[in-house]
Amino acid sequence: MSTATISDEMRALSSKFTEAFAENFLGSREDRGELTLWVMPSAWREAAKLLMEAGFNHLSDLTAVDYLDREPRFDVMAILASHKTCTYLRLKTVVDDQQPVDSLTPLWVGANWFEREVWDLFGIHFTDHPGLKRILLPADYTGHPLRKDYPITGPAGSVFR
Amino acid sequence: MELVTPGDDEGQKILYASDHLFPAQGKTSGFGVITTKLSEVLKKPVSLARKNSVWPALFGLACCAIEMMATSGSRFDLARFGAEVFRASPRQADLMIVAGRVSIKMAPVLRQIYDQMPDPKWVISMGACASCGGVFNNYAIVQGVDKIVPVDVYVAGCPPTPEALITAFTMLQDKIGAGIPPGVSPAVAHAQDPSIVKLDMASIAPYPT
Repeated sequence: MSTATISDEMRALSSKFTEAFAENFLGSREDRGELTLWVMPSAWREAAKLLMEAGFNHLSDLTAVDYLDREPRFDVMAILASHKTCTYLRLKTVVDDQQPVDSLTPLWVGANWFEREVWDLFGIHFTDHPGLKRILLPADYTGHPLRKDYPITGPAGSVFR
Repeated sequence: MELVTPGDDEGQKILYASDHLFPAQGKTSGFGVITTKLSEVLKKPVSLARKNSVWPALFGLACCAIEMMATSGSRFDLARFGAEVFRASPRQADLMIVAGRVSIKMAPVLRQIYDQMPDPKWVISMGACASCGGVFNNYAIVQGVDKIVPVDVYVAGCPPTPEALITAFTMLQDKIGAGIPPGVSPAVAHAQDPSIVKLDMASIAPYPT
């Protein structure tokens, strides 16, 4: 059972993180025993590296959210896990359309396919990615269907309709 | 033998070399020989053999495949109709049961497997998704498998019960037995070739509920 509050170690890590990324830190949130940290996209990989060295050795998930009317438009988030302390942590950044994010592949090779999926479905570009191409949709597909402004039935004149 | 052509003498019979050399082969000979095509003679027994040994290809795509497996299982036993051998190779299959939703990425694969099946071949579109897209009216799913391959029988349901699939299969057997070409509806086949018996699919009793 997870407790409703985060541990002292996590709180210490949170304040250490806040100091390390003073100007690039956007905020933190503690809710239902879960810790979320926001950073600027310029500090994305650096922040992930700091957390990795602090014991969060496993990249559990990497995905994105499209808030269509917000500025900047997308959240890119990574869920990190520590196998030593059995804790999870959420690292987030905000990017606008056409704004690239640093790839986390140099830190975790497992980030490779997550980032390909985000590129495929949201059209968010990751710099330094070893092979950023579509992973789920056909290679000749155009558009990024998980964007909120993408028509659900596909663009007009789609095949097999 | 020299060919005699009609000259000034009206009413002279035209004689062909074959009339003298090989009377049995000539159309005008007095021999009691009927010429016909082998396929016409064998039409009935071939249809009978075909309809009772339809081998489906393994093509389960979603939850419909579970019902398809149940249909071939011991309780519903599709083997009673000669279709127990689900083939993993399309080259040994006569029937493709498209069981589930077809994504646009799967569409070329499905068409290739269909093309690899030897003629004559039939298709059953099983369930709402394969027939018209079902609940997946979105960018990723083909809105009806008949946009890719010609379909013989559609089965309604989400997923259809094994009884429904068996009903569809017996309807397909009726089509094959009547000599209706694959992918052609019974009404169209009868209109094009009146020798094909007019099948009334609506009169087939629905499976008991």
